[in-house]
Amino acid sequence: MENARTANMTLTFSEEQAMILDSAKSFCRDRSNMTAVRSLLSSKSGYSANVWSEMVALGWTGIAITEQYGGSDLGIGSTIPLVESMGRHLLSTPYISTIIASQALERGGSDAQKANWLPRVVEGSIGTLALLDNEDWGATTTSCTLSSEFELQGTKLLVNDAAVADFFIVLASYNGAEVLVLVEAGALPSNSLSEKVLIDETKRACNVSFNGVTVSEAAILPNSVNALRDSRLIGAVLTAAEATGSSAAALDVVVAYLTSRVQFGRLIGSYQSLKHPTVEMLIAMDSARTLIYHAASLLDEQTLNQDAEIACRMAKAQATDALLFAGDRGIQFHGGMGFTYDCDAQLFLRRALWMQHQYGDAQHHRLHLANLLLD
Amino acid sequence: MTTNTHSPQTHQAPDIKEFRTEVAAWLKHNRPADPGFLLPQTFMEVGSEQVLEFLREWQHKVWSAGYLGMAWPEKYGGRGMAPVYQSIADQEMRRLRVPICFNVIGLGWAGPLIMDIGSDYEKDKYLKGILNAEDIWCQGFSEPNHGSDLGSIQTSAQRDGDNYVINGSKIWTTMGNYAKYMILLARTDVQVDRRYNGLSFFLAPMHTHGVSTTPIKKLTGEYGFTETFFAEARISATSLMGEEGQGWQIAMKTLQYERGAEAGAAGGISILSIVMNDLLKMAQDVQREGQPLLKDPVTRDNLVKFLIEEKALYLAEKRISIPALCADYPSSLPLSGKLRGTEFFRRMRQYALTLQGAQSALYVGDDDTLDGGFWQRAYMNNFSTTIGGGTSQVQANIIGEHVLGLPKD
Repeated sequence: MENARTANMTLTFSEEQAMILDSAKSFCRDRSNMTAVRSLLSSKSGYSANVWSEMVALGWTGIAITEQYGGSDLGIGSTIPLVESMGRHLLSTPYISTIIASQALERGGSDAQKANWLPRVVEGSIGTLALLDNEDWGATTTSCTLSSEFELQGTKLLVNDAAVADFFIVLASYNGAEVLVLVEAGALPSNSLSEKVLIDETKRACNVSFNGVTVSEAAILPNSVNALRDSRLIGAVLTAAEATGSSAAALDVVVAYLTSRVQFGRLIGSYQSLKHPTVEMLIAMDSARTLIYHAASLLDEQTLNQDAEIACRMAKAQATDALLFAGDRGIQFHGGMGFTYDCDAQLFLRRALWMQHQYGDAQHHRLHLANLLLD
Repeated sequence: MTTNTHSPQTHQAPDIKEFRTEVAAWLKHNRPADPGFLLPQTFMEVGSEQVLEFLREWQHKVWSAGYLGMAWPEKYGGRGMAPVYQSIADQEMRRLRVPICFNVIGLGWAGPLIMDIGSDYEKDKYLKGILNAEDIWCQGFSEPNHGSDLGSIQTSAQRDGDNYVINGSKIWTTMGNYAKYMILLARTDVQVDRRYNGLSFFLAPMHTHGVSTTPIKKLTGEYGFTETFFAEARISATSLMGEEGQGWQIAMKTLQYERGAEAGAAGGISILSIVMNDLLKMAQDVQREGQPLLKDPVTRDNLVKFLIEEKALYLAEKRISIPALCADYPSSLPLSGKLRGTEFFRRMRQYALTLQGAQSALYVGDDDTLDGGFWQRAYMNNFSTTIGGGTSQVQANIIGEHVLGLPKD
């Protein structure tokens, strides 16, 4: 381990974080059993407003927001155990979108933007990031523009939780530079949102047209460069945390089947051809879990440093690959049952396919890691 | 041989940082010159007298300087210091890549065991010889045809007056042909309900009539292990450790000291650490189309995959110590450590050879091999870790059954 660039072996977990993890585990287990998850799949919003209110009441939306704006200032690292627990029970809410959007404000917003929106996030307002112009998460430029009269032109793809968002943080190009622009939902004309049919039925996203939306100069985040870089990395590591929880859940579903299904006179879990790849799922999930908590230990700098960037990218690459493997094998190991909609295995495969692209797929992050670690 | 130069009076505990600097300086200054023959990468590769004597001299020198057995009591050749100093000395030995302290079964298994549960007589008789490398130790657990399934041990030890009479054979005895003592697991009782119950644990002298060894030529063409035969070999009943029938429990105990000085081991490095940095350096040195292989995008992607895996591997050691992060499947990380580690190194070393192109077709002894065949040896010898101590496939069964609760085959 003499490579200075991979030498950071920080992994800390405070008593506070352990308590958060404990209460998150029992909350998510109680509020999101499989019946509850299934009942929301075809619902319009995709989440329970009651559960969301409870989460807000528990202070979870303000956990990483500084005290001056009404948050508890425990650091973004403290959201990792929450998000992992949500993934563990497929509990979907606009939580992740809102945390990422509020972090963009924390890290790059003006005092006025923070004062205006962060207390509202603590109270349950929903925010989301609008980044994509096309299918490429690795794009370094944007086709969405902000004119000198502060008029936006462009449509953003797959904006998570857009239908319920109170504010958007929009990536646009302004005077030849990339900026993030805060747009309130009320500023959008009707018919700006077109709901997309997603492969993961627990998630919701829209394409959002910002054509003709006019803002003021004060809508631009002053430190957009910082906010954009950090919120992409935070998006990656939160997705990784959710994926890790979902991998553990997929593993539970597989183990339950392997220890109850009898074929050819034996419990199928006794066959090494099923047992060994199930152990691979466990090991891949464990590596992901190790890496997300390593990242969680490094996230609290005002600007994420290089070690934190390496950790976030490693966590994302590992966690969504692990979930893809667990989701894919989970279907296969259920045999004919696995091919049905009623079998829970499909939930994890669909989630894996949705998650792998969120904030960049594994190959995207490895490409960045290669530049960070090998040059 | 010289004796430990450190006087027995109690010293003030040295400052950790200063101590690290002191060890590093000593190691740099005393590191042996290139002997002109290949040195083993692990203690399982001591295949000639020449190598043996070289390593014996080195270990003796490290001990004489006071950097081995530091946490063991002074009357047994140690320095009676806190284990942290030995850990630091080990870290520096690893970092500076000095030769290994080869008497590993003594330093890491038998020694700590004797310190833990041995009698004063046993401590007096055995411990110092382990540290100063005068007495080499080997291990006799595995048997031909039974692999790592210790419950199937057939080698018998029958009590006859003041002796036990040993019959049977052991395999994969590291340095069996050089060892003075063996930690031996043998069956003293065949009439037992559970097959683990009839086993007993001995500190058996190898220079005994009826004990013979045959070196095993490994896939690398080198030596390092023997098969060991016992034909009516009579050893003193005082060699029995604990009571008859406690062999299994004591054998399991010996495995727990391996985790280093904090766990009771005398210290020293038993294997040369070959990490991703070595692979990256190689990828930097090897040229393709006029530029380093490290610039090739496919190679880079593969290297990053290994770097992620390496990082997770090392960080897992930290996560183990945080119970809140191990609540799901609590025994998962400890039980999967061997599988994760040894399989990572197997694939990583295999990839190192792949990257060498045509040069990887050469072998030790050819002048054109990269680093004298360093990676060829590293890869092929690594199978001792994915096979020995329970193959990766057996490990996967153990994890599946004990961690995930899957039914037995």
